[in-house]
Amino acid sequence: MSWRHGSRPATLRRRRFRIGCLPLLAIIVAAVVLIVAIALRPRALPQPESIAAVPPKGEVAHLRPVASFASIGDPEARSLALFAEAGRVIQHPRCMNCHPRNDRPTQTDAMRPHVPWVSRGPDDAGEPTLRCSTCHHAANFDASGVPGNTKWKLAPIEMAWQGKSLGEICRQMLDPARSHMDRPALLHHMAEDELVGWAWHPGGKRSPAPGTQVEFGALIKAWLESGARCPS
Amino acid sequence: MSYQLVVNGRAHRIEEDGQTPLLWVLRDTLHLTGTKYGCGIAQCGACTVHVEGQPMRSCSLPLETAAGSQIVTIEAVAGAEADALRAAWVKRDVPQCGFCQSGQIMSAVALLRIKPSPSDHDIDHAMSGNICRCATYNRIRAAIHDAAQSPSSAAKKA
Repeated sequence: MSWRHGSRPATLRRRRFRIGCLPLLAIIVAAVVLIVAIALRPRALPQPESIAAVPPKGEVAHLRPVASFASIGDPEARSLALFAEAGRVIQHPRCMNCHPRNDRPTQTDAMRPHVPWVSRGPDDAGEPTLRCSTCHHAANFDASGVPGNTKWKLAPIEMAWQGKSLGEICRQMLDPARSHMDRPALLHHMAEDELVGWAWHPGGKRSPAPGTQVEFGALIKAWLESGARCPS
Repeated sequence: MSYQLVVNGRAHRIEEDGQTPLLWVLRDTLHLTGTKYGCGIAQCGACTVHVEGQPMRSCSLPLETAAGSQIVTIEAVAGAEADALRAAWVKRDVPQCGFCQSGQIMSAVALLRIKPSPSDHDIDHAMSGNICRCATYNRIRAAIHDAAQSPSSAAKKA
């Protein structure tokens, strides 16, 4: 064939894509303009949202008033019924968490072991190297969610409630050797103690103990006056 | 409201809400950024400072409670224990990312001031509130033992 040794015919020349400098520059400029336009396109900025100061809580649980037990004629049955109602507070996590069976408090409604790992120490307010006051102060602190009270500490190990039945707790409370309290002191602890009162004002997402400390104190007073019977 | 705060030996007049966590007063108002924000809920210990010599989590300490107290941060912690710990930290190359380390040091200084020769158990107890996401716990424990046995710390004990 004659074109083997000469130049190729124009129709058979390989077509090459060729582009000039100006179109190339125009493409680059267009790409940059597109990227900038995407980056700077008007967008709605995140708006501040108000956070509810207190999370919504379920219905407040009430305690039965002492007067409602008057219909129980048998004094022993009435005393047992009064203590059973008070037991709704005694066995509530807000109370039980600070009456652990060992040296570690529990926390939350699930009563899981306290995080971080802490121990009651010699005075029930933490080891000297990691005191309760490292985190807990005079009042609940909303900013961190850490609860607090001026008397923040564990109940002594002799007053351990966790793992015990309501009857066992009852007999322990009435035994001064273990509770370190006579009956007037026991009533004061339940009805007026500031740290016990925290159980009804725990702050954060913690569920409060049922009723009020006044209602609870009235139940304990009526129970003591009715013979302070304990469940078997 | 106005509060008097003594930080690292210097008195400051702070105009903030009394419920402001001490951590934010230290970092944002006084620009002492060595104290770190880790969790904000007293779970990690990165924000530990000394208040009247006691280690405390500054994220859960309201300004109104801290007011009037002597506060020491990582920028100014000093003394035989701090010197020994600094040397041990360097020798053991303790930090990895380093974010939790100011809190670790503050808790370790407080530990050595209370227990100059701590056991492993003592260290685990005292440092359990200081979390390290890089898991440098073994080096931290070893460095605390080193510091407890260092000449400067031993001189203090004697």
